[in-house]
Amino acid sequence: MNADHPMSGAVPEPGSAKPDPVIVADGLRRSFGGLTAVDVDHLEIQRHTITSLIGPNGAGKTTLFNLFTGFDAADEGEWHLNGGSLAGVSAYRVARKGMVRTFQLTKSLARLTVMDNMLVATKDHPGENLWGAITGGWKKTEADNRERAAELLARFGLDHMTDEFAGGLSGGQRKLLEMARALMMEPEVVMLDEPMAGVNPALTQSLLSHITGLRDGGKTVVFVEHDMDVVQEISDWVVVMAQGKIIAEGLPGDIARNRAVIDAYLGQHHGEAAS
Amino acid sequence: MDWSSVLVDGLLATIGPITAAYAISAIGLNLQFGYAGLLNFGHVAFMLVGAYGMGIAVNFGAPLWVGIIIGIIAAAALGLLLGIPTLRLRADYLAITTIAAAEALRLIVRSSWAEPFTNGVFGIQGFADSFFALNPFPAADLYGFGSFVVTGRKLWVMIVGWTVVALITLLIHRLIHSPWGRVLKAIREDEDATTSLGKNVFAYKLQALMIGGGIAGIAGILLALEQQNVTPDAYLPKITFILYVIVILGGAGTILGPVVGAVAFQFMFFTIDALMVNAQASIPWVGDLLTPAAAGQVKLVFVGIGMMLLMIFRPQGILGNREEVLIDER
Repeated sequence: MNADHPMSGAVPEPGSAKPDPVIVADGLRRSFGGLTAVDVDHLEIQRHTITSLIGPNGAGKTTLFNLFTGFDAADEGEWHLNGGSLAGVSAYRVARKGMVRTFQLTKSLARLTVMDNMLVATKDHPGENLWGAITGGWKKTEADNRERAAELLARFGLDHMTDEFAGGLSGGQRKLLEMARALMMEPEVVMLDEPMAGVNPALTQSLLSHITGLRDGGKTVVFVEHDMDVVQEISDWVVVMAQGKIIAEGLPGDIARNRAVIDAYLGQHHGEAAS
Repeated sequence: MDWSSVLVDGLLATIGPITAAYAISAIGLNLQFGYAGLLNFGHVAFMLVGAYGMGIAVNFGAPLWVGIIIGIIAAAALGLLLGIPTLRLRADYLAITTIAAAEALRLIVRSSWAEPFTNGVFGIQGFADSFFALNPFPAADLYGFGSFVVTGRKLWVMIVGWTVVALITLLIHRLIHSPWGRVLKAIREDEDATTSLGKNVFAYKLQALMIGGGIAGIAGILLALEQQNVTPDAYLPKITFILYVIVILGGAGTILGPVVGAVAFQFMFFTIDALMVNAQASIPWVGDLLTPAAAGQVKLVFVGIGMMLLMIFRPQGILGNREEVLIDER
């Protein structure tokens, strides 16, 4: 690892300390009945990097996402964004604090236009409270937002769809819209839940370049992914979960050779059965 | 058959104050159902609370305008009361709670226990005198042309009613075309996505329920003033469903939909009514076949058929956008 790699100094082991963590979680637990979905002792996410969260189905990746973003309540544990505790903070406040998520099943606001989808994603718009809506005086903010939204739509190649209903977009375009919409919130951390799910290979490349673009634009990206090739290509750091726990961390090149990861993905006895 | 009198009777009833009251109430329901996606199946309860709030307040000595404000606030407060426990839950809980609350409220106000306040099944009267004292038209004079005439009393209620319809429509227009209204529509489309964009979905839904409830309260008050009477059995559950028919007929999620829907529904309803009354009198075999009680049922059958045809050929309602309605929920 060369010295100017963003992860230089991080030890490739579960729960390792990072030079400049933006998210820190401790003793995070969530169980559904008898099933422990998430049981993370310690996790740090490095700022301005792409960290991917991988693991077999049912490893607890999405549950961890839901806990971080306030969409689910943890049984116990602490987690911080830039040192501020997020435990018990409701989902909409988490988003306002700068951690914005997308969803595994894309959630476009179908009967709103593409532009309106973008414009919903603002913080502190004076026209969004009842009094402001009646008295007016929000046109300036609205014009500024509209301009910013138009720029983002152009960047994501959706500017020709501005006035279409979001429900009329293709699956891939919806993924792009969701990502662009998240950026309207001017987030510090972007949490992408399986951004590649159900996207055709041609669009995958374009999505990947947008994700690296987010990092290069100064955001921290955390994303859940199944596809190891995708993970290898763009991640700066990989966190592997299995049965709710973090079983490995490391650089993408090393993770693929990690014994614990291979066991988790393929089952513990695969080597013995073959010999 | 006297076709011109059928049409005149139908039209006169259509432009009357009851249509205005239905339009107002439907505007409130449209804000909740058409824009925020809230399934309020007890909308009539908000009308009841508005009317009773006003009636009881005036009976206890308050001036009418104070009573009207109390009625509106009480109706909005019912939204708060029903919304707080249910709006964090799945959509169906609001539906269950509102439909039950509406019937419970009706049974409470007609119970002997509540008689000191509500006068039970006999209802509250004598609150509207100061409203009709403001009437600039001599009450018994006739206004109009030919057989198309209304009394001065009715004209006064009509003018007040339709003015209120216009004012509330303007208010809703302003709200819906503001960023606040956009958030409301976003919530209708997907609550989780809207939450992930930093919106307090619960607070918005509560606001929509309360504003829509307050507007229904105004409708209840107007209806009470027109009839100079507040009785429990004017607030049957079927009113809620007639209001849904009106909202869907006009076009849910459109500004003018509820008003157009109310006019269209009332016109259909009263014209069929006038048609049957006329046919009973002028065609012997119809008179033998249709007793007055049966005629009431047949009227509703026609309304039902009309709704079915609408849903088949124009699912977006009279004013809705077809493209918008046909977007599939992928």
